[in-house]
Amino acid sequence: MTRHLLSIDDVSAAEIHELFETAAEMHDVQRREVKKLPALRGRTVINLFFEDSTRTRSSFEIAGKWLSADVINLSAKGSSTSKGESLRDTVLTVTAMGIDGLVMRHSASGAAHQVAQWLDIPVINAGDGMHEHPTQALLDGYTLTRRLGTLEGKHVAIVGDLTHSRVFRSNIKSLAKLGARVTVVAPPTLMPSGVGDWSNEAGFATCYDLDAVLPEVDAVMMLRVQKERMSGGYFPTAREYTVGYGLTRPRLALLKPGTPILHPGPMNRGLEIAADAADAADSLILDQVSAGVAVRMAVLYHLLAGEEALA
Amino acid sequence: MSEPTAEPDPGLSAGPDQGRVVLDADDIARALTRISHEILERNKGAEDLILLGLQTRGVPLAKRIAEKISEVEGAAIATGSLDVTMYRDDLRSHPTRTPHRTALPPHGIDGKTVVLVDDVLYSGRTIRAALDALSDLGRPAAVRLAVLVDRGHRELPIRADHVGKNLPTARAERVRLRLVETDGLDEVRITDTSMGEAR
Amino acid sequence: MSVVIKGASILGQKTADVYVEDGVIREIGVSTGSTSGSDHSASEVIEADGLVLLPGLVDLHTHLREPGREDAETVLTGSQAAAAGGFTSVLAMANTNPVTDTAEAAERVLDLGREAGLVDVQPVGAVTKGLAGEELAELGLMARSRARVRVFSDDGKCVGDARVMRRALEYVKAFGGIISQHSQDPSLAPHASCCHEGPISGDLGLPGWPGVAEDVIVARDVMLARHTGSRVHVAHVSTAGSVEVIRWAKSQAKKDGTWEVTAEVTPHHLLLTTDLLRGYDPTYKVNPPLRPAEDVEALRAALADGTIDAVATDHAPHARHDKEHAFVDAAFGMLGLETALSVVGTVMVESGLLDWAGVARVMSTAPAAIAGLTGHGREIAVGEPANLALVDPSAAYVVDRNDSLSLARNNPWHGRTLTGRVVGTWLRGKRTFGA
Repeated sequence: MTRHLLSIDDVSAAEIHELFETAAEMHDVQRREVKKLPALRGRTVINLFFEDSTRTRSSFEIAGKWLSADVINLSAKGSSTSKGESLRDTVLTVTAMGIDGLVMRHSASGAAHQVAQWLDIPVINAGDGMHEHPTQALLDGYTLTRRLGTLEGKHVAIVGDLTHSRVFRSNIKSLAKLGARVTVVAPPTLMPSGVGDWSNEAGFATCYDLDAVLPEVDAVMMLRVQKERMSGGYFPTAREYTVGYGLTRPRLALLKPGTPILHPGPMNRGLEIAADAADAADSLILDQVSAGVAVRMAVLYHLLAGEEALA
Repeated sequence: MSEPTAEPDPGLSAGPDQGRVVLDADDIARALTRISHEILERNKGAEDLILLGLQTRGVPLAKRIAEKISEVEGAAIATGSLDVTMYRDDLRSHPTRTPHRTALPPHGIDGKTVVLVDDVLYSGRTIRAALDALSDLGRPAAVRLAVLVDRGHRELPIRADHVGKNLPTARAERVRLRLVETDGLDEVRITDTSMGEAR
Repeated sequence: MSVVIKGASILGQKTADVYVEDGVIREIGVSTGSTSGSDHSASEVIEADGLVLLPGLVDLHTHLREPGREDAETVLTGSQAAAAGGFTSVLAMANTNPVTDTAEAAERVLDLGREAGLVDVQPVGAVTKGLAGEELAELGLMARSRARVRVFSDDGKCVGDARVMRRALEYVKAFGGIISQHSQDPSLAPHASCCHEGPISGDLGLPGWPGVAEDVIVARDVMLARHTGSRVHVAHVSTAGSVEVIRWAKSQAKKDGTWEVTAEVTPHHLLLTTDLLRGYDPTYKVNPPLRPAEDVEALRAALADGTIDAVATDHAPHARHDKEHAFVDAAFGMLGLETALSVVGTVMVESGLLDWAGVARVMSTAPAAIAGLTGHGREIAVGEPANLALVDPSAAYVVDRNDSLSLARNNPWHGRTLTGRVVGTWLRGKRTFGA
């Protein structure tokens, strides 16, 4: 693996499978009484979050601590408004204390790439603006693989606000590497710009009709719709969105029996996903959370434990 | 593997016929039979006994010993596998390795007699790592060690309870176990690394 | 003080010796290749064999950052960079701090330029007070001041309100003024839009704005210019759509004769495309953004056929820390004064789209006419002021951003090989650049 995990581009299909194997071993740790492995003992990892996130941050924190690393959480807000300190200055100050690894979330796309150029320690992208969220895609792939076996030839639907979704951008790459076929569903105003050319090159299909797609898929991933998008004029009302693009109770019946349902969270119950769907037997939403810790342990281990981690 | 070299073991890829064979298939079978009897003798039967094979070559050895023991005792013996990658003390001097399966028997190891099974005992560091791993997994009543070959050169105060063969070796020599399950034949071969063998 | 430039090719056409004394071209003689042939004893002789002599270049669009951001550039350092680029006059945009929206502010910039004494700095006045886009600034007072402001622009921002733009176009008729519009519809392209909206921005997750946000303003403004019988200038054209509209408008205006549309393009929009976005390097963050190849082709053709009248640099220096942010948060803008002529040489002359006479037209004569600068962009003829730029047309060099005379380093050309280089510049006979 390269020294950073900034994007799914940084891992090959073979490396993804290796990560899944390691994650499977790490997953067992969650059930033990002594939830500790000594592999990262003496390493210090900083969670530098420019954007709020309790869920992802605590997932990384637990992952690091269960590997015996020292994990420190730093919240650095307001970089877009404060013109005083540059991003580079902020990041160099934080890492000047001899940190071994940086986990970073930022509201600007590409921030992780820029930061990785200024540092010589591994950088893990915990979400950069609308661009990518590689550990999310990895945990989604791992959760699906545990449920469905190999994803070769399986058909996965991703539904929701694609334009603003880093979960979508990372997942189309990882699902392609795992051999799955992807169809994305959204109203035209929430399809990313230039999606026509891009989807041809990257090999995924686009569709405006959710009802036509659901019976054809082996797994469906619902994305969160932010209520703020309504004021941006992307769609008229929440009600209309739900009727057109929500995973409602009637739509559950369109799915093949046993089709797993995923959602990166947090959910807007009743908007993009009905309560019944979220709590259905085939919902893997909680599995995703536990998978998240295991996958992040695997990522931290592979980037920080071995000799490549020593600059 | 107790040898302080990076995995994976080249196995067949490094000139199968170099060096000399110190244990052939029959020797190995006899050694495992003797170890199985010793384990039973020491434990006074098969009660609360668990065999844990150390990944990777310890696992098939543990299986064979378990089969022999259940032949004798007429009942199945609990077995499992233990991967110690995460507990090695040399993690930072090698590229990261993907861990193998750690699978404990269903009732765990608390209060049981765990016999660790490995192929070659050398510096003792792998066994130290295994002991650390065990202490995070539970609290056995006792831990013993069975190895097919003890090649000396201990760097830690570790000793085996059951040894298939004591094999004094030079540091420059390499001891390699091949098993039917993974390599198609049973043998233990010593090669001299100073002879310029292919990795 | 006199100088003779021997053996240069005037506008890339005829070779001649040019004799300058006291700031004026005194004689142009057929080059004899030797120091004989005239009685003049010049204090300086320039051997210009193989070089091209152009009228001093005029930049319709520069940001000198003084007053307000002297850490990024000053009128002095900007003038030095301009002279190194072959410019003898630059128009300094009004988005300084404070904004140039009064006669006093305009005169201050004028005086700073005179103090530096390297190029004629012509202040541009804001269209609206504080660039807020709501009320007209004191356009008349700025026109009457010593700065004699004729070009007005809210550049950095678009005059988005059609009513305000209409009033501005009407008002400047009284003194022969012209409005230079940064065409970017504020509701289609809000400030957070940091690049071209297309497949690449979609893939990279960057909020962008589509070319149509420029086209709709250009279309609106040419109709307003026609309606008001006034002059509108389209700053930094970046799309094929704008080119189409301007082409149509010019054909209409020509028939009519009562209104005028002019346009400029930057060197970077003639060569750099949106795929430079990959890698998220804020050096390539600029407004209007770098567009796809189809737009670049249309811009080159338009410059060659006169639909676009002039090249203007939009030189936008920034302090280093203002670019060391995530792409979305970094400042907009690229340097351009020192490399403009080289880029035009590499893109337009090497490919045969323009000859050196054409370069003189788009980088000197036309911009001088648009800005009403009667002392610049003139023919290289006896009696004319000696505002000259001497160019080595075949010199190829690798751009090094650290070699710059500008205070800033946000140079998109760093590491690139360009062909064509200014080797000397004269402002009314005084050497302002070159050994």
